[in-house]
Amino acid sequence: MREENAGTLAMLRLALRRDRILLTSWVVGLAATAGFSAAATVDLYPTEEQRVAAAEAINASAAVVALYGRIYDPTSLGAVSMIKLTALGASIVGIVMLFVAIRHTRGEEEPGRLELLSGGRLGRRAPLTAALLLVAGASLALALLTAVANTAAGLAWTGSLAFGLGWGATALVYGTVGAVTAQVSDSARAARGLGLVVIAVTYVLRAVGDLAEPGPGPLSWLSPIGWNQQLRAYSGERWWVLVLPVVVSAGLVVVAYALRSRRDLGAGLRADRPGPAVGSLQTVGGLAWRLQGRILLAWAVGFVLFGLILGSMAGSVDKLLTSPAMKEFFEKIGGTAGLVDVFLGAMVAIIAAIAAAYGISAAARLRAEEVEGHAEPLLATATTRVRWATSHYAVALGGTALLMVLAGLSVGVSASAALGDWSQLGRVLVAALVQIPAVWVVTSLVLLLFGWLPRYTTVVWGLLAAFVVVGEFGALWKLPEWLMDVSPLRHAPTLPVSGSGVVPVVALTLVAAAVSATGYVGWHRRDLTG
Amino acid sequence: MSDSAPVIDVHGLTKSFGSTRALDGLDLRVERGEVHGFLGPNGAGKTTTLRVLLGSVRADSGSATVLGLDPWSDIPALHARLAYVPGDVALLPGLTGGEVIDLLARLQGGHDAARRARLLEMFELDPTKKARSYSKGNRQKVALVAALASRAELYLFDEPTSGLDPLMEEQFRHCVRELKGDGRTVLLSSHILSEAEALSDRISIIRAGAVVETGALSDMRHLQRLAISAETGHELHGITDVPGLDDVVLEGNHLRCTVEPAHLAELLSHLTAAGIKTLESHPPSLEQLFLSHYGVRVDEDDHA
Ligand SMILES: Nc1ncnc2c1ncn2[C@@H]1O[C@H](COP(=O)(O)OP(=O)(O)O)[C@@H](O)[C@H]1O
Ligand SMILES: [Mg+2]
Repeated sequence: MREENAGTLAMLRLALRRDRILLTSWVVGLAATAGFSAAATVDLYPTEEQRVAAAEAINASAAVVALYGRIYDPTSLGAVSMIKLTALGASIVGIVMLFVAIRHTRGEEEPGRLELLSGGRLGRRAPLTAALLLVAGASLALALLTAVANTAAGLAWTGSLAFGLGWGATALVYGTVGAVTAQVSDSARAARGLGLVVIAVTYVLRAVGDLAEPGPGPLSWLSPIGWNQQLRAYSGERWWVLVLPVVVSAGLVVVAYALRSRRDLGAGLRADRPGPAVGSLQTVGGLAWRLQGRILLAWAVGFVLFGLILGSMAGSVDKLLTSPAMKEFFEKIGGTAGLVDVFLGAMVAIIAAIAAAYGISAAARLRAEEVEGHAEPLLATATTRVRWATSHYAVALGGTALLMVLAGLSVGVSASAALGDWSQLGRVLVAALVQIPAVWVVTSLVLLLFGWLPRYTTVVWGLLAAFVVVGEFGALWKLPEWLMDVSPLRHAPTLPVSGSGVVPVVALTLVAAAVSATGYVGWHRRDLTG
Repeated sequence: MSDSAPVIDVHGLTKSFGSTRALDGLDLRVERGEVHGFLGPNGAGKTTTLRVLLGSVRADSGSATVLGLDPWSDIPALHARLAYVPGDVALLPGLTGGEVIDLLARLQGGHDAARRARLLEMFELDPTKKARSYSKGNRQKVALVAALASRAELYLFDEPTSGLDPLMEEQFRHCVRELKGDGRTVLLSSHILSEAEALSDRISIIRAGAVVETGALSDMRHLQRLAISAETGHELHGITDVPGLDDVVLEGNHLRCTVEPAHLAELLSHLTAAGIKTLESHPPSLEQLFLSHYGVRVDEDDHA
């Protein structure tokens, strides 16, 4: 046992050195987001009356409940101010920690780094142990920092502690999920994909559970994100809920170690089976499809399921309108039809942001293939650089378009069925299609960085996070309009889409084309780098 | 292009990576039909030169022509006529060796199936295994088979035998001789003198980003020295009078030196006269040569 862990401290030190900037900025950035939102809400709703009105509006909106969850104590300042950060924030925390865990386990095996170290005095379990220690430390730091930030912003300290610990516990669960997917997958890329599926599924489980009446339904209890909500920070904390994530994390750690001892370094759980002796790939386009097609297919299946579930919730938009005052208010702004549009518009917008994430990951394959040294032999053949780059970029652009079409159809079909109104199908499909150019603009930023600042290609993930955060919190934080306008996602038309929507759609398409062209120019003239 | 025009013609190439000057006024000329050894210690700039010739990196200044074409701007036309084996072969992990070989061949414009089959057999390579599970040597073999199966005019090999065992190394040498027999041109980078020596018609020696010497190995008399280590019964007198001797270290009855082969007999008669007890002789390593001839130290790990 001791020998198996030999070298853990050295590994941990190495991991801390590599991550000192990246991980620190994520932890501080997340805690700061919570603190700023708390402070802004304190200013926004100074009286209890205002808070209760806001909370009732939130609980009455199916779109908001599906995306963020419910407010369990309408009088509580903390509950109102943290509503967007409880479910959505927890899933972002989860994604960050998932990636950290995989980066330091599976990710390290790929360039053969661990293999080199393993030759020295490195125990078989050391990298996993080091990664888990890093995850645990970062989760704890995030928990405490967030609690301090929210307390400093003027929220009650008990609630802030619960909220911080809730985030930390969620981070821990998904970090350990990453440690497990890292063991069962045959590459870091596959491990991240599988981990994201887990996060998406648990997020949707709680969305369905939260919408149940009276909520939350049992499905919410099947999700770590749901546990984070049911901890009920600022709404009469239920501390015992913290036991769930801790126990599950411990179980996942045991599973990760057990799996680790069953496989070789660099290998998946299953041994590689022999493949064809003769190749059928004809072009780099065929190769890009071979490398990315199955991943796109998995996303497509996910989008259809996600779309069907989200669309079916459209039927419950007016069920949540329990108080007569709320009913009256919504009648004034356009009645149920208006409510349905708000709900479906919000769903389409979040789907577009997720499609942008797909676009980034597919286009970023260019940089990965270059760094891993797979591009150079291909480019030493008669293939041109432009053709090779286009092979993966086309998958990214075509893939995002396909995903939005599927999302439009699946949300449209299930919303139409739920509402008994088939005119919704066409409307929703159009609303999804007009998002495509905005998603392409985000995707094209990958090519721009790849062409001019290849070492910073992954910064696009930070940009997407910033676009989403600005969209969610810009108004609350009273950010200037021009700053919020930087996000391409903000410019896509929403339901109901009218003729005037043509202008932004054309404009965004042109921007995407211009950004891509600029990226190609940079790629055409720069050195290949490792 | 006339037959007498060089296949590779490089003048005054420079390339810096940040503050590292990888190429510093490099000249290189490779004639049609020759096997040209590109010899230098690690970090000398061999890989960078090859990457410039492939259009992977762009030189800061100087000129380069390959097969009469510009390696930066004429990529499709040029690459259709050359084959390249990188020093550090990374293969797409999910493809089998056979798939990689065939893909590279198709992108190149096709290859000869019979030749492919023969090469797989020669290098004892199983084409059904996933690239992920190949060892370094096997990855190297995949790249070699892909390059050798193509019908190129020019072959660029970057330290091609670094992962191969001696048997496979011999197979590779055999293939290179075949290419030469077919009138093809080969540029072979290496940091091992004996490897370049075994295959090359001419050699260019690169050091710190510049070629310091070019010519047939037989003309480089200083590179043909033998390293000698001997112990004698009596003290050695007048040993320094032997012509062609260098790097002499004499400690009592113990002699270490290098000698030109032409004067070996003379040295041996001296040693015999002094009652020779032990004698060791071997070709010097590239590092030793660099030390004695150019007065530079080469990093320790370059012996690897
Ligand atoms: N992409 C790069 N970035 C920074 N330095 C580099 C890069 N490629 C090569 N170098 C440096 O240039 C010098 C020459 O390297 P290289 O051409 O690889 O030598 P060789 O192949 O002869 O061993 C070395 O000092 C190396 O560290
Ligand atoms: Mg090299």
